[in-house]
Amino acid sequence: MKKYTYTEKKDTRSGFGAGLAELGRTNENVVALCADLVGSLKMDEFIKENPERFFQVGIAEANMMGIAAGLTIGGKIPFTGTFANFSTGRVYDQIRQSIAYSFKNVKICASHAGLTLGEDGATHQTLEDIGLMKMLPGMVVINPCDYNQTKAATIAIADYEGPVYLRFGRPAVPVFTPKDQKFEIGKAIKFTEGNDVTIVATGHLVWEALQAAEQLETQGIKAEVINIHTIKPLDEVAILKSVSKTKCIVTAEEHNILGGLGESVARTLTLNNPVPQEFVAVNDKFGESGTPAQLMEKYNLNDKAIIKAVKKVIERK
Amino acid sequence: MPTTQELKDFSTQVRRDIVRMVHAVKSGHPGGSLGCNEFLTVLYQEVMDYSTDFSMDGEGEDLFFLSNGHISPAFYSVLSRSGFFPVEELVTFRKLNTRLQGHPTTHEGLPGIRMSAGSLGQGLSVAIGAAEAKKLNGDKHLIYSLHGDGELDEGQIWEAAMYAAGKKIDRLIATVDYNKKQIDGSTDDVMPLGNVKAKFEAFGWIVLEIEKGNDIESIISGLNKAKSLTGNGKPVCILLHTEMGNGIDFMMHTHAWHGKAPNDEQLASALAQNPETLGDY
Repeated sequence: MKKYTYTEKKDTRSGFGAGLAELGRTNENVVALCADLVGSLKMDEFIKENPERFFQVGIAEANMMGIAAGLTIGGKIPFTGTFANFSTGRVYDQIRQSIAYSFKNVKICASHAGLTLGEDGATHQTLEDIGLMKMLPGMVVINPCDYNQTKAATIAIADYEGPVYLRFGRPAVPVFTPKDQKFEIGKAIKFTEGNDVTIVATGHLVWEALQAAEQLETQGIKAEVINIHTIKPLDEVAILKSVSKTKCIVTAEEHNILGGLGESVARTLTLNNPVPQEFVAVNDKFGESGTPAQLMEKYNLNDKAIIKAVKKVIERK
Repeated sequence: MPTTQELKDFSTQVRRDIVRMVHAVKSGHPGGSLGCNEFLTVLYQEVMDYSTDFSMDGEGEDLFFLSNGHISPAFYSVLSRSGFFPVEELVTFRKLNTRLQGHPTTHEGLPGIRMSAGSLGQGLSVAIGAAEAKKLNGDKHLIYSLHGDGELDEGQIWEAAMYAAGKKIDRLIATVDYNKKQIDGSTDDVMPLGNVKAKFEAFGWIVLEIEKGNDIESIISGLNKAKSLTGNGKPVCILLHTEMGNGIDFMMHTHAWHGKAPNDEQLASALAQNPETLGDY
């Protein structure tokens, strides 16, 4: 099995900041908006280089979404920045009517997704955002796995015409994908080959899945790890191809078990090739304060949880 | 430029369109539509600089955003009679597969519409975004928006009001349909608005009042005054004092016709009060 290593850990939000800064230099139509969280979203470099293309709206997320929708009318490509909770649930109807239903070319960029922003607790965490966003017709939903992929995704979505939800996080996580890997919306990436189980993961749980796969190999279980960075549109072909070989699947995501990647995969399997599936996700709960590592342990979102799910799903074959 | 009589004739025809459209599908919002009829007539027939060869970006044109989307009958009638789409299409209003949805939307590609509206309070933010884009593009054309007074209950309006003044969005003319009525009754009873003029002024806006908001000449002079005040570092708000249901006697002086269609007899009475001018659709 191919082994993955990393040389450094970086926060995915910095990948967004780097991607946005690059877009600032290469695409004059890209503009950015922020609701009083410039530092947290790592937007400083873009703002420094393109002050006239940045709109600080203050703590008024609803207004930010509307202004972003309006900017598209004049041919701009707005990237909005705030925490995932305030990017989605707080402004759902503004996104629904002014952006999704109006099919405006807005890129909703959401940091601090999931539990692992840590100590701020459940008011600032969100485990519902993927579900909320994927239910909007026409919305593309992306959750990259590391710094490099987040940077590449940020750059790629500027070339796609239509609303996009891009989700990333606060903690430093391993950087293990190549710097120069082109990001293709809706195209899964296979990290390891295996015949015994498919592990489909999104966000930084891809790294946990790779760790799990290495440990499983020592126990004689060969896992095929697939990175689904785009939850909608889902790469159904890649998933179905893999399960036709492995006959079982584990999904892993930092999200509620309801409404996330796992449910999208389950639907695909049910319609095409029903095989046993286990979910690594938060079991319909709010988060709480704690360090990222503590929260991932308590809410069963790490390599240990994936290994347990793999063993269970193989038994169900 | 059309004469005042021509504008009056135009608005009389729009009035007929509104009640006929709403009557045909037994649903829709005639009250506010009739109250804003003359304003929309003047805006599209006299004041705004636009092309009916519709493009979404509207570069080099004035843009209008309807935020109180429920007055779609007036908006559709004015757009079609201004040349954006065939007048005959008004017959499809609120019917299956129509481009003339209950509330305006870009989703069906109807020329003249740049945003979906219906869920209230969102249009001012979108208008501001369009104004910011024009500023970046070096386009000095104006942005107009229309809002219900009941819509001012929505918090997003005040987020947008703060932004527009604070960030000097000064090519924006936001008009409030100030009829002092909303679905559940008078604005005083439902949610007292207090001193709307003072509120906008406190946020940093220039506020004008058009006392006779259903009078063509008053609207023309009010809008021209508003235009003359743009470009001076402040957004402009017009309080347009209107009569809900204007031009149809039994629909005036009540909020009862906010979202109710006339029956056959009432339609006949409404049409008798407003003889055909430009020709029914």
